[in-house]
Amino acid sequence: MTTLTVPARPDRDASLRPVPWRRMAWVTWRQHRLALAGVAALFGVAAVYLLITGLQMHHAYAAVAACRPAGSGTCRQVAGDFLNTYAPGVGPVLGLLQVIPALIGAFAGAPLLVREFEAGTFRYAWTQGFGRARWTIAKLAPLAVAVTVGAGAFSVLVSWYVQPIWGAGDDNGPLYPTIFDLRGVALAAWTLAAFAIGGLAGILIRRVIPAMFATFAAWAGLAFATGAFLRPHYEAPLTTTNPNVPHHVWVISQLWTRGGQPASLSMINQTLHAVDIQAVTPGRFQPGPATPANIDPVHYLVQHGYTQLTTYQPDSRFWPFQWIEGGWLLALSLLLIAATVWLVRRRAT
Amino acid sequence: MLGGRPAGSPAALDGIAFVAQDAPLYKNLSAADMLHLTRNLNRRFDQGYAEARLGELGIPLRRKAGQLSGGQQAQLALTLALARRPRLLVLDEPMAMLDPLARHDFMATVMTAVADDGVSVVLSSHVLAELERVADYLILMSRGMVQVAGEVDDLLACHRVLTGPAAEVGRYAEELCVVHARNGGAQAYLLVRTNGTTGPVPPGGRRTRSAWKYSPWPTCASPPPRRCPVRRAPRILNRRR
Repeated sequence: MTTLTVPARPDRDASLRPVPWRRMAWVTWRQHRLALAGVAALFGVAAVYLLITGLQMHHAYAAVAACRPAGSGTCRQVAGDFLNTYAPGVGPVLGLLQVIPALIGAFAGAPLLVREFEAGTFRYAWTQGFGRARWTIAKLAPLAVAVTVGAGAFSVLVSWYVQPIWGAGDDNGPLYPTIFDLRGVALAAWTLAAFAIGGLAGILIRRVIPAMFATFAAWAGLAFATGAFLRPHYEAPLTTTNPNVPHHVWVISQLWTRGGQPASLSMINQTLHAVDIQAVTPGRFQPGPATPANIDPVHYLVQHGYTQLTTYQPDSRFWPFQWIEGGWLLALSLLLIAATVWLVRRRAT
Repeated sequence: MLGGRPAGSPAALDGIAFVAQDAPLYKNLSAADMLHLTRNLNRRFDQGYAEARLGELGIPLRRKAGQLSGGQQAQLALTLALARRPRLLVLDEPMAMLDPLARHDFMATVMTAVADDGVSVVLSSHVLAELERVADYLILMSRGMVQVAGEVDDLLACHRVLTGPAAEVGRYAEELCVVHARNGGAQAYLLVRTNGTTGPVPPGGRRTRSAWKYSPWPTCASPPPRRCPVRRAPRILNRRR
């Protein structure tokens, strides 16, 4: 070998621009088109199912919507029949759709960097002229946008799907936990957040299966904590003593008071014993065989000096809540992606 | 830093190509895809050179990287690195997994690039015999410590291996600057530093390398000097894992 001394040429070097971003477009597409196809297939299968059952439901709902005069006994009967037929099937479907963000985070987000570690190819990818931090951004950003847009489009379909159920007078309004995060901007934001969690889990854990499980666990914890502790307080909840709680609101808590003191369930049950009704919760009542017809347990309790205190979020807050949740999830996702890029940059080997 | 360019700058990234141990490649991509990938990730990429080299080596462009033999994968990774036309090529034990024939081919490619393009090479390996042929400068590391560092020619000139009866080791150790002693049953092997001194072979010893003379060595610095003088830029790095 011969010794080679190449003098530095600062003038020329200073004008050197980094490799253009668009060159990474092909790389990202070529290496992740299967993952994108998987995401598309996931949304596709779910969308086809929603379309088929949704069309049936809309067809049946046409009879409910056409019923005149609206609000009459006959029409209530028609709507009730419709709900009895279709509402029980909608709940589980919405429950299943909840995991869409987690699936995308675990199967599209987590393997993104982990596969480079497991195959050792990060040693190749990070030593190319493109630069490792820019490489990470060029991979995470387009895929994050793609899954977010896909989720956003899908949530429009979910809104269409559940419309007849509400039209027929189902109790659960748009703020109900299993439907709130599937509509508006929430599904897109949750998908983005799960994807970002997956990306960060990838660089922290560096093995595919543990990273996928960690993504799933982190998403589940965050989603649960949000629904249980955070979302009820985006705005101060309203309280009412009116036993006729407005329709479609999100009831956060219900309790009975008597003479200004909270009434326990056993106290209520003592009162209701006279009409053979059992209160399972402060809001749910189980009539017995000796219960007189046409007795409303809520009215009965009110007549006996009880007051029902209901804390709720009105359904008019749907969009403000959507923007609040979408906003902080977007901020969190950007933070997680920035942390991932920073960790890639910082990693010495 | 590379020639005054800060690490991570576009100029430095352009100038250095790295082939890691086991030549990591995307196993599901074809050789042609790997070329395309590397071209997209770098400012400079000599597609003609890369295709010509793969043609010479008989590596089919359509074959997936994962289906190539170990030697072909190493050659593909090396070709990708050289096609970037780097000034510095860093090879981290690139031949660890290769059979002797593939090692020879691999080094031939490296030496051709050195001769044709004047690329500098930092190569880590534990096969010292191969380094002797190609290296200008050697740093020998053991247990995370630099044992010797210097021009290979100088190192060869100022170190000798003595083989002799194990019973007489103690005598040599007193007289010579022993870098390393290994006891092989009846035979003992001593790596000694001559520091250029010449003299007759000590009684009972047997010369194992080119002709050298031994003269009594009265003062062996303690601890003995670890380095021969460094005069040229480092070229070959040897790393023991």
